[in-house]
Amino acid sequence: MAAGRGEAAEACVGRVVLPGDVLLLPACPDEDGERLRLGAGAAPRGRLLCGPGLRRCVAGLLVTKCGLLRHRQAGGGGAAGGAYWVDSQQKRYVPVKGDHVIGIVTAKAGDVFKLDVGGSEQASLSYLAFEGATKRNRPNVQVGDLIYGQFLVANKDMEPEMVCIDSSGRSSGMGIIGQDGFLFKVSLGLIRKLLAPKCEIIQELSQLYPFELVLGMNGRIWVKAKTVQQTLIIVNILEACEYMTAEQRKQALAKLSGN
Amino acid sequence: MKATPLSNCERRFLLRAIEERKRLDGRQCYDYRNVRISFGADYGCCIVELGKTRVLAQVSCELVPPKPNRPTEGILFFNLELSPMAAPGFEPGRQSELLVKLNRLIERCLRNSRCIDTESLCVVAGEKVWQIRLDLHLLNHDGNIIDAASIAGIVALCHFRRPDVSVQGEEVTVYTPEERDPVPLSIHHMPICVSFAFFQQGTYLLVDPSEREERVMDGLLVIAMNKHREICTIQSSGGIMLVKDQVLRCSKITAVKVAEITELIQKALENDQKVRKEGGKFGFAESIPNQKITAFKMESAAVNTNNVEEQAEEIITKADPPSEVFAKPILHTPGTAQIGEGIENSWGDLEESEREEAAEEEGESEATAFECQTMETEDTSTMRETKKDEPIVLSDSEEEEVVILEPQELPRKTRTQTNLKQENTSKKAFNKRRRKKRAA
Repeated sequence: MAAGRGEAAEACVGRVVLPGDVLLLPACPDEDGERLRLGAGAAPRGRLLCGPGLRRCVAGLLVTKCGLLRHRQAGGGGAAGGAYWVDSQQKRYVPVKGDHVIGIVTAKAGDVFKLDVGGSEQASLSYLAFEGATKRNRPNVQVGDLIYGQFLVANKDMEPEMVCIDSSGRSSGMGIIGQDGFLFKVSLGLIRKLLAPKCEIIQELSQLYPFELVLGMNGRIWVKAKTVQQTLIIVNILEACEYMTAEQRKQALAKLSGN
Repeated sequence: MKATPLSNCERRFLLRAIEERKRLDGRQCYDYRNVRISFGADYGCCIVELGKTRVLAQVSCELVPPKPNRPTEGILFFNLELSPMAAPGFEPGRQSELLVKLNRLIERCLRNSRCIDTESLCVVAGEKVWQIRLDLHLLNHDGNIIDAASIAGIVALCHFRRPDVSVQGEEVTVYTPEERDPVPLSIHHMPICVSFAFFQQGTYLLVDPSEREERVMDGLLVIAMNKHREICTIQSSGGIMLVKDQVLRCSKITAVKVAEITELIQKALENDQKVRKEGGKFGFAESIPNQKITAFKMESAAVNTNNVEEQAEEIITKADPPSEVFAKPILHTPGTAQIGEGIENSWGDLEESEREEAAEEEGESEATAFECQTMETEDTSTMRETKKDEPIVLSDSEEEEVVILEPQELPRKTRTQTNLKQENTSKKAFNKRRRKKRAA
C-alpha cells in the first residue's frame, strides 16, 4: 500500500529509515541499480555500492534493517560510485566477505581447522593460510586457541572460509593471538564505533594504561594489559561504553586515573 | 545451535584472576549480584533478575481428584524450562543433563522441605483438591540458574492467590475473585538455594558464580536454607572432595545470604501489595528499566512527517467508517444488567473507541457489569454472550492517559483496579444473588 511511495536516497541520508522504505536513486529510477545511465548534466557515475541493510529492488534501494542511512561519496578517479548503507544495531553476527574476525578453534580435521566465529556455521581455515606456512612447516594451533583472520568466502549457501594472510601473502597482523589476555563479547555497533578512525574511547583508554587490543567484527574483543586488575578494568569500561554517554565515560576514566 | 566454546586464554585468565581473588565484575568472593524482583499483573507471576540471569515464574491452580494414596493432600507440580532465548546452547524439547539436574533440585528444595501446607489445599477429601502448578522459565543465562529459579519459585508461590472455596455438606462453591478475595497459599517457610563454586580442587570458593566462572569451575555445592537456619537441601556435584569445615563455612555464609534475600523478598511482596491496594500501576510494564543504547546516539533524529496529513486523509477516506456505538445496557433479569460485552473487533480502526459514561442510574447493574468485564470471569461471561445486533462500546473514564488499542482489553484492566472499591460496597448483595442462581 504505502510501499509504492519512495523517497530520494540523498534526502534520507542521516535519517532513520525503516524496513520496507524504498529509496529512489537519482538519474534513472527505472533502471536497475547496477548501472546508472549518464544523464545530461549529471556527474559521471560508476557502480553504486549497496551496503548492509539495503537491497536492490525495481525502483531503487529497499531498506531491510532499521537504522540510520549513511552515504559515502564517490572516491577519486570516478571509477566507483558512492555507497549507501544502513547503520543498525545487532548482536548476532552474520559472516561477510572481507571482515576481520576473531575465531575460536574447535577442531582440527586433517588439513583444516574448524573455527567458531559466532555465525550459524563454523568457518574453515586451512593450515597453509598462514604466513610462512608450508607442508613441512605447520603452524602450532591447538583446540581452544584464538585466531584473527579475514573471510575469503562468506555467503549464505556455503560454510565460510577464513585465511590469515592477505592477497600478497603477508600476514598484516593476522594469525594466532597470544596466550594471555581476555576475550569478551560486545554488540556489533560498538565494534564499528571503536574501529572508526580517531575513536575517542580508545584514545582515552590509552591514556590510562598501556594495553593490546584486537577487535573482531563478530563482536569479540581481546584485551591484554600488564596485570589482571588492569585487564579487568579495561574489559568493564569497554562493556559499559555501550550504554554510557561520553560525559559518564570521561567521569569514570577520571576517577580511575585519579586512583 | 551449539554453545560457544570456551577458549584457552579465557580459561587461563579466569583461573589466574580467581587465584588473585578477582572476579570479572569486581565482586568479592562472597558477594551476590543484585537481585531484582518484579511482579506481573496477575497474582503468582514474577520475574527475578540475579545480575543478568532472568527467570520467569508463574503459579496456577486447578481442582483435580487427589492421588489415591494421599486423599487429603493437594498436589504440587514443578517445572523448569530452559528457553532457547536464554543461551545459544539450549534447544527446545531436548532433555539435557543440566535440565534434569535443575528440575530435581527445585523439586527437592520446594517439595521435600514441605514449605507449602498441602493439607490446606484439600477441598473435599478423596474427591477434590487443589493442584498448584509452578512453571519456571529461564529467560537469560548468565550463571547460577538454580538460585534465581528458587527465589522466583518461592516468591511466586508467596504472591499467588487461589480462589476461595466453601463447602456446605455436599455443595462446594468456588468463588470468583469478585465475590470473595482470593486466598494466599499457606506457606510455612521460604527455602532459598545458594550456590558455591569451587576451583583448583577446592582451594578457592566463589558464591553466586557467573556464566564464565561456571564454565571453569571444578565443582558446585548448593545449599537450600530458610531464614530459621534450617537446611532444606544440600547437594554437591562435580566430584570434588570437600572437607568438613569447608561445608560448615559454606552453611554459615548461606545463613547470612538467605537472611538478606528473605528480607528483600518480604519488602518486594509488601511493596507490591501496597501498590495494588492503592490502585497504582503495577505489572511488568512499570518495572522495565530504561536502557538507552548510545552507540549511535544522535541528539535528535529527523522523522519525515511531510506527507503525514495527506497520508492520513487518504487512509481515512479509504477506510470503512467505524461501527455505530450504543451505550445501552441489556437487562437480563430485574436488577441485573450488562453493559458493553461482546463488541465486534475494531482492530482495523485507528481511532480510539469512544468513552462514554456507564449507565449510572443502576448502581447495582453497573457493579454487575464490572464483574462481567474482568478477566477472571471470562469463561462465564463468554458463555452468556447474547449478541449482537447492537455492538456496544465499553466505557471507562478513570484512566485518561492510557491509549486503547483493542477496545476489549483495556477496560478490563482498569476495571480490575477499580474492582476492589466496587466490590466492598456490593459484596453481600452479590453473594445472595449468586447462591440463588446456583440453587436454581
